[in-house]
Amino acid sequence: MQERVKKPQFDVVGTRPIRPDGVDKVTGRAKYGADLKMAGQLVGKVLRSPHAHARIKSIDTSKAAAMPGVKAIVTAGDFPKQASEFVPAGEGVVNYRDISNNVIARDKVLYEGHAVAAVAALNEKTAIAALDAIKVEYEVLPHVIDEIEAIKPGAPILHDDMITIGMTPPPTKASNIAKRVEFNLGDTAKGFAEADLIVEREFKTKAVHQGYIEPHACLASSSEDGSAELWVTTQGHWVVRAYCAKLLNWDIGKIRVTSSEIGGGFGGKTVVYLEPLALLLSKKSRRPVKMVMSREEVFKASGPTSGGTVKVKMGVKKDGRITAAEGEITLQAGAFQGSPVQPACMCAFANYDLENVKVTGYDVVSNRPKVAAYRAPGGPISTYGVESVVDEIAEKLGMCPIELRLKNAAKEGTRAAYGPKFGPVGLVECLEAAKDSDHWKAPLGPNQGRGVAAGFWFNIGGETTVSLQLNEDGTLTLMAGTPDIGGLRASLCMMAAEELKVDVSKIRPIIADTSSLGYNFLTGGSRSTFSSGMATVEAARSIVKQACGRAAKLWDIPEEAVTFEDGMIRPAGENAGKHKPMHLSDIAKVAGKTGGAIVGYAAISAQGAAPSFGVHIADTEVDPGTGKVTVTRYTAIQDAGKAIHPAYVEGQYQGGAVQGIGWALNEEYIYGADGKLQNAGFLDYRIPVASDLPMIDTVIIEVPNPRHPYGVRGIGETPIVPPMAAIGASVRRSSGVRFFELPMSPPKVLKAMKAAGKA
Amino acid sequence: MAKHHVTTTVNGDPVEYLCDSEQTLLDCLRDELDLIGAKEGCSSGDCGACSVLIDGRLVCSCLILGVEAEGKKVETIEGMAQGDELHPLQRKFLEHAALQCGICTPGVLIAAKALLAKNPDPTETQVRYWLAGNLCRCTGYDKIVRAVMDAAAEMRGA
Repeated sequence: MQERVKKPQFDVVGTRPIRPDGVDKVTGRAKYGADLKMAGQLVGKVLRSPHAHARIKSIDTSKAAAMPGVKAIVTAGDFPKQASEFVPAGEGVVNYRDISNNVIARDKVLYEGHAVAAVAALNEKTAIAALDAIKVEYEVLPHVIDEIEAIKPGAPILHDDMITIGMTPPPTKASNIAKRVEFNLGDTAKGFAEADLIVEREFKTKAVHQGYIEPHACLASSSEDGSAELWVTTQGHWVVRAYCAKLLNWDIGKIRVTSSEIGGGFGGKTVVYLEPLALLLSKKSRRPVKMVMSREEVFKASGPTSGGTVKVKMGVKKDGRITAAEGEITLQAGAFQGSPVQPACMCAFANYDLENVKVTGYDVVSNRPKVAAYRAPGGPISTYGVESVVDEIAEKLGMCPIELRLKNAAKEGTRAAYGPKFGPVGLVECLEAAKDSDHWKAPLGPNQGRGVAAGFWFNIGGETTVSLQLNEDGTLTLMAGTPDIGGLRASLCMMAAEELKVDVSKIRPIIADTSSLGYNFLTGGSRSTFSSGMATVEAARSIVKQACGRAAKLWDIPEEAVTFEDGMIRPAGENAGKHKPMHLSDIAKVAGKTGGAIVGYAAISAQGAAPSFGVHIADTEVDPGTGKVTVTRYTAIQDAGKAIHPAYVEGQYQGGAVQGIGWALNEEYIYGADGKLQNAGFLDYRIPVASDLPMIDTVIIEVPNPRHPYGVRGIGETPIVPPMAAIGASVRRSSGVRFFELPMSPPKVLKAMKAAGKA
Repeated sequence: MAKHHVTTTVNGDPVEYLCDSEQTLLDCLRDELDLIGAKEGCSSGDCGACSVLIDGRLVCSCLILGVEAEGKKVETIEGMAQGDELHPLQRKFLEHAALQCGICTPGVLIAAKALLAKNPDPTETQVRYWLAGNLCRCTGYDKIVRAVMDAAAEMRGA
């Protein structure tokens, strides 16, 4: 591998210590969203729409309100009306009117499960009885579920004022197309004219849910003085605070949000559902209110990611050089605008160094729950189509699919169709590692096949604050504000330990609440180890600087005459005089007498996030009798930049790969003709279980990100991008049939194999 | 209707609670006894996050009524470590990084403990099928299976 930066020697970074939050999690002590109790708390429950699309003619809560034990009821009328306004939020934009109308329906319900009213009562039984007593009069409207049906003329229109953004000239009539995006590079017509082979295909994917095991949950306590506390499972408590303040028209500073341990998020816990309802129910009842979604509510009313239609056309020369690529991506947004069509378009051809690219995307609303981010939102959908076409091209040219990719791989200096020129990136290194792997060379059994695919995610930085306190005895307390879902606290402590040359177990981390630390954008965009790590390093370096200053004071020499080396504070050079070197803990003991507490604080907007590329190899075996596809071997290879705690990096690769396997083979939202979700439970919405899977092998490639102190890239999202195409390519070889639709579930595979005379 | 008075043993301690007829054992553990280690992921017996042992048998506590615990021995995650000494499974889960978010971990550990009590030397396939009732969305199960196999080896003295 090419050395891009001087490789520093690390003491802690790259090792595998026990995570600081680990013991609490294996003993049952860790507190998640539903695990906190407050004296006098009420139970909050939500009344949800039984219809896919209906006008709310009236809501009568009088009977419910009169029931003994019912303490408060809220409907949309209790919330201020929001103007339609797009606000940037990390990887996308949000619209407060949509958030408000999704949290509680105003005028119309737009999907089965859409919240209509919420109740707080003494206990669950009373709350449920109160929901039954609320009378809602609906005028049922025609609904539309499929994104292609939704854009046909005459389709039921969800929002009368939705005029497609991004069309020239702008349309004059409302439609279900919220937005059109387009990225262009070069001249695709010219590129296709140069091609020896053109492959053009259309793919369909289904809506899938993030499937976190912990349902949405919160506990709100609003005070008579207008202040409020909120305990919530979320990927971003500052974001929750901002959304709640906006939706309720309360002061941000009066809401203190504490993030509980979070039982999985994958993007799905970046938005609000219950929180504003709980805060308002608490304010009305003057009691704490706890709300927890049922699994059915999670499926019906929290964000899945889009299903979509992806058209891909690619042209190549006989030698495998891609001359042009076009894509058209139509994604379901759910009931409100905001599908990840933009990142889907960005990711589509990002694996390749291309001269001529055109990608267009459409964001389409229909009567489904509003989509939320799901791990590399949009990327897996467009990449499934593109990588499947690349595989077909390799097959038609008789080329090795890895060689074809190597011939076209994005590298340092490649201009992506969506704008930026890549810095150092590791796709070539990942492809080489795949080619050299034992897996790639291993023999296959009968009915088995092997596929490979690549994937990309751009990653983000953003607003981040970290505080690092040097305690009186030399131990340290680290406060971060990006919720830790899978080992973040361990990584941050390791980076602080690396800087300060202290034992990592001497640093105790917490995820601070919104009143204890400056603003933090949420854990998402694979930003937390990158951004909070950058802030941690800055905070640690500030501690070193302050400690050196204190030593200078003690020794009565200038600050410049003090250095920090090998964990000791020393006089620098001969002119500094002879002073006994001091450890950080020595300085800590005298901090009070030399100027007060030593606290490193970093409030940054992290810049320089770098993309991470990955390559996955999948072996599958198909049962010709049933059409069941079994993954028999799997390898995930990805560039981490620098793996701080390699075990948790591997864990991200493995977990993302398996979510992708579920997406490829089993998972889908299934709707009836009535517009209702038919599989809102883990029995029928089947996520992969242990017996479905082989071990997931991993290879960590490290092409450092030059803009991070330790070379870190975000790594959490890329692992879900390649699996569907890798498995599709593998199933093509194990079944003899090429599929263009997900999931490749047994009935579909069997039918296709029979039609092709393969079963 | 009046509540039922239940007398049972949880993690070796004699306990009593009052519960409604329809209240699940999971709700009794969490709401009446403040044992929050068992989690509710689905309340339909599909995810295994609420796994506990009743008289040594692995069950989803969301599918058992609180009254059914009368006179039984209930074991939850809170009783797995002995004093400061973690159970080998708990220790191996930490060493192997076999948890990410950790919400499924208590249930997986209880299920794995039940497996090793029955079969101290399981194959990888046996571990995978035994744990098929415990959903984990973070890890892809790789490190969980390794941790269970490693703990089994240590407990056998292998």
